[in-house]
Order: sequence, then C-alpha cells, then structure tokens
Amino acid sequence: MKAVLTLGVGLAVVLALALVPVIGPRILVQDLFKVLCLLVLALNWNLLAGFAGLVSVGQQAFVGIGAYVMFATTILWGWDPLAGMLIGGMLAMALSIPIAFFAFRLNGAYFAIGTWAVADIARLSFGQWRALGGGTGTALPRDATREMFGVGLVRDLLGVSPAAAIDAVTYWLALGLATVMLVACWLFLRSRMGLGLQAVRDNPVAAQSVGVDPTRLKALVFLLTAFVTGLCGALLFIQIGRITPDAAFSVIDWTAFVIFIVVIGGIGTLPGPIVGVLVFYGLQRLLSDYGTVYLIALGLIGIAIMLFARRGLWGGLIHCIGFDPFPLGHAAPRLARQSIKEDAA
Amino acid sequence: MAILSLQGVSKNFGALKVTDDVSFDLAPGEALGIIGPNGAGKSTLFNLITGNLRPDAGQVLLDGRDITLETPMQRCASGVGRSFQIPQPFDHLTVYENLLVAARFGGGLAASEAPLACMDILHRTGLSALSDRKAGALPLLHRKRLELSRALATRPRVILLDEIAGGLTDGECVDLVATIRSLHAEGTAIIWIEHVLHALTSVVTRLIALNFGRVLMTGTPDEVMAAPQVQEIYLGIEA
Repeated sequence: MKAVLTLGVGLAVVLALALVPVIGPRILVQDLFKVLCLLVLALNWNLLAGFAGLVSVGQQAFVGIGAYVMFATTILWGWDPLAGMLIGGMLAMALSIPIAFFAFRLNGAYFAIGTWAVADIARLSFGQWRALGGGTGTALPRDATREMFGVGLVRDLLGVSPAAAIDAVTYWLALGLATVMLVACWLFLRSRMGLGLQAVRDNPVAAQSVGVDPTRLKALVFLLTAFVTGLCGALLFIQIGRITPDAAFSVIDWTAFVIFIVVIGGIGTLPGPIVGVLVFYGLQRLLSDYGTVYLIALGLIGIAIMLFARRGLWGGLIHCIGFDPFPLGHAAPRLARQSIKEDAA
Repeated sequence: MAILSLQGVSKNFGALKVTDDVSFDLAPGEALGIIGPNGAGKSTLFNLITGNLRPDAGQVLLDGRDITLETPMQRCASGVGRSFQIPQPFDHLTVYENLLVAARFGGGLAASEAPLACMDILHRTGLSALSDRKAGALPLLHRKRLELSRALATRPRVILLDEIAGGLTDGECVDLVATIRSLHAEGTAIIWIEHVLHALTSVVTRLIALNFGRVLMTGTPDEVMAAPQVQEIYLGIEA
C-alpha cells in the first residue's frame, strides 16, 4: 500500500516536472535544471558519505573531468556533446581508480583533505590544456549544441528557439538522470551489497568477520559515484556552454553546496537530498540578492542543523510522521503470523 | 585430518609475546575449551585464527590448507565463524538484518534461501520474537545471543566462542549452554574461551590452559583442572 503511494506520488512528480519545458517559462527550466543536477550530485555524495563513510571533499574533480572530456570530444574531435558526456562519465570513473588507490590509504578527515588535494591537482592540470583555452577556458561551438541529438526534434515539436530547445533537452536529461539515480540508489541499498555497506557503516570489524569486504564495497561506491558525477558535470557544462578550470573544478559549487544540501536534508537517508535541494533552492531564491550574506546564512543554517537536528530535516520529519517512502530495511519473514491470517480466513 | 591446525604460531606486540609458539589440532566436530587468566592471550589467539591479526611466525591451517595469509572475509567464507567477547552488533540494523548480512556474505546463501535460514537460527537461539528490533537497543543477554546467531548465519564448520557466557545469570547461562551443546551434537567444531568453568566443562571434551601466551597444559577437563600448575593460576577455584 505504502509502496503504491510512493510510486504514485513519484510518477506524478516526475510527469509534472517533465512537462515544465512544454508549458513553463524558460527561466524556470534553467533554474530547475540546476536543481536537478544538484540533486544528482547530492544523491551521489550521500551514497559516498552517508552510506559508505567516504567523506569526500573532492567530488568536483569528477564534475570537472566529465565536463572537460565532453568539451575535448566536442571541440577537438567534433563529436556530439551527448556522446562526449558518456565518455566524460566513463573517464571520470577510470580516473577514480588511481585516485581511490591513493585516497583509500587515508581515513576520516585525512581522506577528506586528500580528495580535496587531488581535485585541486586536477584543476591545475586541466588549466594547462592549451587546446581548451588553458586557464581562461573556452566555449562550446554554437553549432555543436544546436545540432546535438534531440535538439532539432524538440525545436520542431515545441516550435521554440534553438537555445530554448537546448535547455529543454538538457533539462530532460537531468530529470532522467536524477530519477534513475534515485531508483538505482534505492535498489542498490536494498541489495546484498547495500546491506553489507550498512553493516560496514555500523561496525567494520564485525562486518569483516561475517564475510563482508569493506574496501571492496567502498571502492565500488567510489567508482560508481565518480561515473554519475562525471556524467552530471558534463551535462551541466553542455547547458552552461562555457568552461574554465575554476568553474568546472569549483569546490564551492560542486561540493560545499552539495554537502550543505545533504546535511540539512538528512545524511544517510534516501529522501534527505531531495528535501535538502528544495530548501537550498528556496534559500537561494530568497537570499541571492544579498551577496556574501547569503553564504554566511547558509553556513549558519548548516551549523544549526548539525548541532540541533543531526539527522537533518528529513530525519526529524520521519520521526514525526513515522512513514518512510523509501524503506531500506528488510522485514523478517512472518511465517507464524501469515498462517494465523490464513486460519482466520 | 584436523579441521583446524595451529603450528608454532607466535605474535608479539612490541616486546610483549602475547602468543608464544602455540600449536594444537582441532578434530572435526570436536569441542575444545581454552582457559587462562586475563591477559593470557586467549582473545589474541582467536584473532590469529580469524585473520584479524597476522602471526609473526607459524601457520594456521584449515582442512590442511595454509590460510595464514588469508583475510577474515576469506576465512569466514571457508567456514570459520566467531562471536566477539564484547558483542559487536550492527546497531542500526534489525536483529534479522544482522543475520541476513552474515548469511548472504559469509554464509554464501542466495536471496531466496537466506531469510528462512536466518529465521531458523533465530528460533533456535530464542530471538525470533525480537527479529525486527534494532540490534543497538538489545540488552546484554540478547546481544550475546545475537553474537552466536550471527556467527551461525555464516554457516561455520568451526565456531569460535569468546566468553559467550560471561556476565549472564545462571538461568540464562543454562539456555545458552543447551544451544551450544546442540551445535556440538550436530557436528560443528567448537573452540570456546570461557571463565564460567562449569558451563565450559559441561560441553567441551578437551581443555587447553594458556598462560603468558604459552600452552601451559592440554588434556581432558578433569586432568587440566586437577593439575597443580593450573590450580596455581586459578587460585581458589575448585574444578
């Protein structure tokens, strides 16, 4: 019953969001695109930090790598940006293997600092890429995005300008990515490996003694989140259309905000990032005129939540209403109760 | 052939020899007790068998195969199960999920087989009524039972019990001993570290007394408990 409710509400929300480019103003499409991308990044970071215990402050490395690789395949090889996006994700995953090799020697705060350092090395290295504009960056050729897969079709169907059609296509991709990521997270956490991950989170030594390999599970999560983070990075910069090393590897935009979203929403809960991203978007709309005050306010709210509501807004909410739309638990088989029911029937 | 065999196993923590040239064989289905004063190296010996520690010298053999360099996960999958002296539940998982992890990973059971296997074990250890309770909220007796249940869910051929009766009342102890005895009757090999001697000697057929990391004496429970050197370290205890 509850599962049907979740599925119904979820489908309705996804459907309503899918209609936004058809009926909504373009500015809303662009805003929601950012929100959906931040949601994808937040779901990934929540999986890393909230479930695998890998508090990375270097996820902007994968955003930047995905984005730069997409730019390289588009500008240097003349590929479709969407093909470049896929390659970007795969290369982000490939590069996460050597990064994991080094970073996994570190624990806790040291891991956080290590990943941050790696991301900065990546930022400086990509800034040396002359063909992509070096430190000042470059822009995607206009034709590349206009001729991108699906853009022509959307133009004809909706009868909008090429720029609006590009916004619509990237928006739908972000919506698809966020939806797939949410469902995949839930399925993964309910699977054997997700159960093992939760055991490792609670007690790594005991987990080993019942046959769970913590390093293997953490490495798997690190690799998969690098892939999706890379995809999301490439998608973000298809829509933005311009790239610089500082923007693509921004620790504020792609990690600090994401951490804020996950922490206020509820780290280690699946709906937490959704709640967090909505609150973040609201605050951004309210406070964006105030410049740096806005960042200070975000920081204060983050600190307050960490001190007084450690399970985040979602954690508090679930405590009040007692209904979890994404239950991660496994209920024990109720053989006795079932047979009683059958007897009564 | 011995199911588990230790050959000249030694472990030092700095200058301290916590395990010093320990050798013994465990026959399939045998129940072996290990006694010794605090700090004799009993729990360290378990950690060497499960792979949580690597010995500085010597070998650990399972079914005659050298497993000295294998990880705890590999040894668990090969049939070595353990319960911890201080219970180590997965606090945020339910009792049932604690077993499910063990059954799916160490026990190698498929998604279709694991749930029933877990419920069977919970019925047997008397925890079935608490299966959906969070493990972190359990009192001591239930935590001890959970330790045993979770170790059983990995489907061990050798089970290592570390002071599983410690801290329990006599009545609780009787139930636990009955469960362990039935395990022994089914042919699971058992190594049991215990200070509650009457519980231990009611199950095991052989005792090893450890002191300062060395094997002080091996023999039947009666022989070992009657020996002067054992009486000396267990001053005031009558076997």
